[in-house]
Amino acid sequence: MMHSRKILQKLLLSLLTLPVLFFIFFPLLWLFSASLSTQVELFSVPIHWIPRHPTFQNYLDIFFPGQAASSVPQTYAVSLLNSIKIASAVTIICILIGSLAAYALVRIPFRFNRTIQLGILATRMIPEVSLILPLFIIASSLHLINKPIVLIVTYMSFALPYAIWLMAAYFQTVPVELEDAARLDGCSRLGILFRVVMPISVPGLVSTGMFVFLLAWDEFFYALIFTSTLAAKTVPVAIAEFIGRYVVNVNGMMAGGILAAVPPVLVALIFQRYIVSGMTAGAVKG
Amino acid sequence: MHKFNKIGLWFVTLILVVGLAGCGPQPAPNAAPANTQPAAAQPVTIHVLTMDQAGIKNSEVDQIASQFEAQNPDIKVNMEYVGYDYVHDKIVTGMAANPPAYDAAMIDVIWPDEFIKAGYLLDVTNRVTPDMKANMFPASWNGVTRNGKVYGMPWLMDVKYFMYNKDMLQKAGIANPPTTWEEMVDQAKIIKQKGIAEFPVIWSWNQKEGVVCDFTVLLFGNGGSFVDANGKPAFNNDKGVQVLSWMKQTIDDGLSNPSSVSSDENAVEADFLAGKSAFAVNWLFQYSDSNDATKSQIVGQAAFAPMPVFAAGKAAGIKSASVDGSSSFAIMATTPYPDQTWKFLTYLASNDVQTKYSAEMLPVWQNDFQGDALAKLEAATPTNPVTVPAFLAQFPYANERPTVPYYNEASAALQLAIQEALTGVKSPKDALDEAAAKWVQLAGQ
Amino acid sequence: MTVNPKPFSKKRLSLRQQDAAAAWLLLVPSLLVILGVTIWPVISTLILSFFNAPTGIHQVRTFVGLGNYLDMLRDQTFWETIGRTLYFTVVSVGLELVIGLAIAQLIHSHPWGWQFLRFSLIIPWAVPTIVNGAMWRWIYSADFGALNGLLLQLGLIKHYVAWLTLPNMAMNLVIVADIWHTMPFVALVLQAALATLPEDLDEAAAVDGANAWQRFWQIRVPLLRPAILVALIVRTVDAFRVFDIVYIITSGGPAYKTLTITYLTYLNSFSFGKQGTGAALSFLISAFTILMALVYIRILYRPEETQ
Repeated sequence: MMHSRKILQKLLLSLLTLPVLFFIFFPLLWLFSASLSTQVELFSVPIHWIPRHPTFQNYLDIFFPGQAASSVPQTYAVSLLNSIKIASAVTIICILIGSLAAYALVRIPFRFNRTIQLGILATRMIPEVSLILPLFIIASSLHLINKPIVLIVTYMSFALPYAIWLMAAYFQTVPVELEDAARLDGCSRLGILFRVVMPISVPGLVSTGMFVFLLAWDEFFYALIFTSTLAAKTVPVAIAEFIGRYVVNVNGMMAGGILAAVPPVLVALIFQRYIVSGMTAGAVKG
Repeated sequence: MHKFNKIGLWFVTLILVVGLAGCGPQPAPNAAPANTQPAAAQPVTIHVLTMDQAGIKNSEVDQIASQFEAQNPDIKVNMEYVGYDYVHDKIVTGMAANPPAYDAAMIDVIWPDEFIKAGYLLDVTNRVTPDMKANMFPASWNGVTRNGKVYGMPWLMDVKYFMYNKDMLQKAGIANPPTTWEEMVDQAKIIKQKGIAEFPVIWSWNQKEGVVCDFTVLLFGNGGSFVDANGKPAFNNDKGVQVLSWMKQTIDDGLSNPSSVSSDENAVEADFLAGKSAFAVNWLFQYSDSNDATKSQIVGQAAFAPMPVFAAGKAAGIKSASVDGSSSFAIMATTPYPDQTWKFLTYLASNDVQTKYSAEMLPVWQNDFQGDALAKLEAATPTNPVTVPAFLAQFPYANERPTVPYYNEASAALQLAIQEALTGVKSPKDALDEAAAKWVQLAGQ
Repeated sequence: MTVNPKPFSKKRLSLRQQDAAAAWLLLVPSLLVILGVTIWPVISTLILSFFNAPTGIHQVRTFVGLGNYLDMLRDQTFWETIGRTLYFTVVSVGLELVIGLAIAQLIHSHPWGWQFLRFSLIIPWAVPTIVNGAMWRWIYSADFGALNGLLLQLGLIKHYVAWLTLPNMAMNLVIVADIWHTMPFVALVLQAALATLPEDLDEAAAVDGANAWQRFWQIRVPLLRPAILVALIVRTVDAFRVFDIVYIITSGGPAYKTLTITYLTYLNSFSFGKQGTGAALSFLISAFTILMALVYIRILYRPEETQ
């Protein structure tokens, strides 16, 4: 009696997961199906949920742009590389300098500690649009427009406070006793940081790195304003161009969308364990 | 502001040092060399911003640029392509720097007043040769001339065309395309009734410049105008309200595709090329695309007719009415290389180049359309025999949108008004009155 | 972590000084970056917001004091846009929280396949915003959208509907797209927090006769408060500044029914050539977001929980 009630309860709960899974996967599967469709099938009514004549042409156009009818796919592969390059650089810099700052804020009491913490939190509230004009003017006078470095530097404005915030949350979970012990052994602050804290904080560094990578990969506004050539154009801008131009290439855009989503989704799935722990740190101690 | 620039420069330099030390140098293999001082032997690089468009392809413009480079080894051309929606804003941000991010840029016909007022465009009056002046269309010069000074080089002459699907009309038993909008409505009803198309007409009525272009076509076709003789807004008078009410009515009657309200010219083309609509108003490029089997399901079915007018407009003697969508290239005022840039613009606009790439973009030279040259032009591409006569028939009826420095904001107010009426949020009269009030306010600022 | 307030011994004093020096050393790179890419531009923009600053080269900037702010506050479009942005923020964050909490609890109850569900949630969260926007734009497409296809096959509509032209629908459709992308974040944060709660709490309450519903609301939710706070702040700040997804799906249309405050700022700064107004607007956005964060902290953080 009790047992079958439990089974029934579990069955009902399990059924509840179905609408959630449908909501998650329906748009993605449609995106994928559309990316394998031809223009003609995409326009058919009633809709062809699964293309009757699936084709990889949209993907081939991106990777072998020689024969592509439109110039957008040609630029797409280059944008992917730019995005990888820029997001990786931002991630590395943020991890390097952000974790140092986070440690200082969490573990070292000094005069302006609280002020700086609040200040860093506040910078996260500032919209990109309030920074863009002055940044554009300096970047132009340094001849940095259309170079990846300009995005790497400007992405710091949102990525670095975020990285510091996440790392600070993580460092708070590191037991102080470990440090005290090292301290009694005569370790200096920096010694403690590099020999004791950093090695056991690898999961925190990895999860922070992943969050920053995704954030940088996602960025659109700066990339839109700061770049217009292939030298630095990122994937979000390339996707927006698929839409904003006078050429019918919806299925190509779908293929581009899938390709743009693959790197961040892979990163997130590979580091799945760290995401949850990173979020826990942020949620419980933030 | 200058003081701040310097401080900012300091910070960014520091950051760069820190950043580079942190992650190792970030080489940018494809990055274009920036404008540097013109050394005697070094070739000069000019940056040219243009529109990533459906007409002439980027690869073709690249070809033109490399031909130019071959002839002028001392000049390197760096073409930058962005979607139309971004060109204006890129120019604005690009001009915030000195030297500017671009040495030349494509200028839509509605922007010169704003950009001249902002001091962005170089006065090129003295560079224009008598040959250019005499042989390019006067209309193309009017687009870049203000107070007797010339601010650009004509590049592309375009108007909105009325295109219809021959096969659909034939199937519906309609012999001739409409000459008035009322006739088009009647024909559309037949086409809808016979189930040939669910929504026979498609427009670019989304909240972008396209809706103002279509409104211009219809407004002037009803004998209306944007401003009256005193420069006061007139688009909200009876004629304007009639036009907007008519637009809404065609949607309510299921004749205009309701998706028009979220469609730009791109979506109009998609709909027309998919064989979903019998009538479409669009720029020239739609015609050659309609005959491209990789994009089109209606190869050979598209045809031009002169842009219809309203019966009232016809009675008043208006034969046709369209909208000017020309564009030019302008030299940015602060460029260090005005001479080299002008040389390139001259090449872009040259008769040979314009004829060679005339498939999607007809030349700005009126002498190409006369005498022996006409035959040569029509023979230049497979579609020219159709598009050249269509252009000659339609271009004289091109109307201008207002030439004011606050055009973008005025246009945004009008776009809003039209969309409010089309979506039923406000009555056409109220919506247009509000836009007119905004225009008055803008003019007063 | 509390600092000894009586640092009399010489050795201790020098240790503290050493510490402070180390702290500054560690902070300098980050502070320099933040100064350069955030603080300096913000001050520069703040100054700009007190000027009438038309874009252009030979344009004279005239000092107008609070003029730009006052103009904005008097402008109907501004208030309508604020209202619309608040609607977006409240509805999307509210739904994300409710749905996220429900899904978190669902995963926590360990139905069959709960691990797969948790794994799946990561995917929409990792899909870039622009891809998400583009995807939903085509799902809503009037001519060949999946939404129309689905509803037609289910017999819920007779003809294809141009969803994004319906003034009362457009914003809600953008919200659905936003929820798809960001709700997983909320669900994952709350699920992770739920997992850290001690199980015996629940059992004790069950012994006291509380039913599952009461246990959830009276025991779990209060304990989740810090996690909810984090999710709320992060999501509200981001939602209030929304730009990308609106830009891609509707470009602010139809009839500005999806125009948000950041979009209005962008239009003023870059399309209308009113940089002073744009600067003032972007300041108001910052003020609003910081204010909202403070309100949350006030409401949700009890004093004993702050340390």
